[in-house]
Amino acid sequence: MKKLASLMLAAVLVLSALAGCSQEASGTVTTDGSTSMEKVIGALGEAFEAQNKNVTFTYNPTGSGSGIQAVLEGRCDIGLSSRSLKAEESAQGLTGTVLAYDGIAVIVHPDNPVSDLDVDTIAKIYTGEITNWKDIGGQDAEIVLIGREAGSGTRDGFESITGTEDACQYRQELTSTGDVITAVSQNPDAVGYASLASVKDTVRAVTVGGIAPTEDTVKDGSYVIQRPFVLVTKADTSLSGSAQKFFDFATSPDAAELISGAGAVAAN
Amino acid sequence: MHSKKQLAETAVHGIFLLLGLVTVGCVLLITVYLVASGIPAIRQIGLVPFLLGDTWESTAAQPAYGILPFILTSIYGTAGAILFGVPVGFFAAVYLAKMAPARVKSIVEAAVSLLAGIPSVVYGLVGMLVLVPGIRTLFHVPDGASLLAAIIVLAVMILPSIIKVSITALEAVPKEYEDASLALGATPVETWFRVSVPAARSGIAAAVVLGVGRAIGEAMAVMMVSGNAANMPSLFESVRFLTTAVSSEMSYSSGLQRQALFSIALVLFLFIMLINAALNFFLKGHKEG
Repeated sequence: MKKLASLMLAAVLVLSALAGCSQEASGTVTTDGSTSMEKVIGALGEAFEAQNKNVTFTYNPTGSGSGIQAVLEGRCDIGLSSRSLKAEESAQGLTGTVLAYDGIAVIVHPDNPVSDLDVDTIAKIYTGEITNWKDIGGQDAEIVLIGREAGSGTRDGFESITGTEDACQYRQELTSTGDVITAVSQNPDAVGYASLASVKDTVRAVTVGGIAPTEDTVKDGSYVIQRPFVLVTKADTSLSGSAQKFFDFATSPDAAELISGAGAVAAN
Repeated sequence: MHSKKQLAETAVHGIFLLLGLVTVGCVLLITVYLVASGIPAIRQIGLVPFLLGDTWESTAAQPAYGILPFILTSIYGTAGAILFGVPVGFFAAVYLAKMAPARVKSIVEAAVSLLAGIPSVVYGLVGMLVLVPGIRTLFHVPDGASLLAAIIVLAVMILPSIIKVSITALEAVPKEYEDASLALGATPVETWFRVSVPAARSGIAAAVVLGVGRAIGEAMAVMMVSGNAANMPSLFESVRFLTTAVSSEMSYSSGLQRQALFSIALVLFLFIMLINAALNFFLKGHKEG
């Protein structure tokens, strides 16, 4: 009798485990790619999981290149890239859908008379070619370069857009956007960069080539220190049910608030 | 009945032993983990280029993993903090233990305890908002985030441990010693510095060890005021400590960079062990001599 009961119990357990498995398999959305998109995709994934209780959402932060590779090889549902797809990548049958734009503001102290810089000048400042504010219309004072730590998505974005990879002569490398803003607000000779969404009144964002960084100028592409956050999918094969659901959710206007909460400008 | 009592004794003994072993177990676990995850990167980079290389560019196309700037910064920073913190803490402790009226003592001691309870991120924030701009205007340097700012923050942070442990040591000196000294005609000040302090010296040395330990291990506050650029240490330059080298890059690191961060942690761990061992040795030598 006892034996029978335990057998039945075991059978029930095995069955329920199997049931659990099959349910999970149908309800998984896997994403892979850009580390810079961590915040945006994290916020979206969390909200999506909250709406769909039986769906598991995973994000593998490997970098844009390996994310694109992963979609191509079918190792994930959606690839994440923080740059537009290259021509040869599109030619391999991939489609990129812009999810959001990452606008990076160049910030100075409110008392700094310099109000406009172009990308070339910014690059020269950060690589140490221009070291004094007087050379670019400011006071006679050494420029203090403030940036983010190695590996940060904002740093990666800023350096790749301005073409200053591995060449920046940072005076301070801080570990959060808030710290960068505080440091710049405390030093009249400092210049820093921060995600557009987090810029506050304690610092002033300079115009780049005459264009002020706002959601609109980032969206229409006239503000140049920006990059797209792209969802990469295969053009010829359709997504699984739950992956398609996530894709629709992420690109819907409902997700815009989550995206801007994570510091980016929603594309839709 | 007797054996039951004995059984209970043994059980209690066992439980206490187990709880004691938890600490030892934690230390062992951390040691094993650090060594296991710290060795591979050192092997790959090479011990000499790792320890004595003066360039750290972990995410560059041609990465360089030299941690000499971090090691020197940690040594200079800790030494600086001790240089500022120990005299202040020591004299404050002598005053509080021997000289201060009871009311002053209770108020100051409460303030010291409060200082110990302030989270390090608050020290960092105040340093960032007050100290860094202050150094900038006072010394006319382009930016105040520097080794000096870190030293000052660390000096304040180690004060509570130095003061509290020193007070305990000074108060543990038998009253008879002091009475004898006073009876022989020594003034109170002579008595404190010639009798009480030498008698309490091992406790005061322990206070300094605690201070060194706290200073070399502090990350958060230092990260906010020292600038974090991987420069060779210089008083008014932006510098990166061993601790901040690990914590600032850990969150986004991968591959060899991450392994190298574990290696830095291993170096830091060995440093702390070395300091503890050296001071233990020094203390024991004194007792015998």
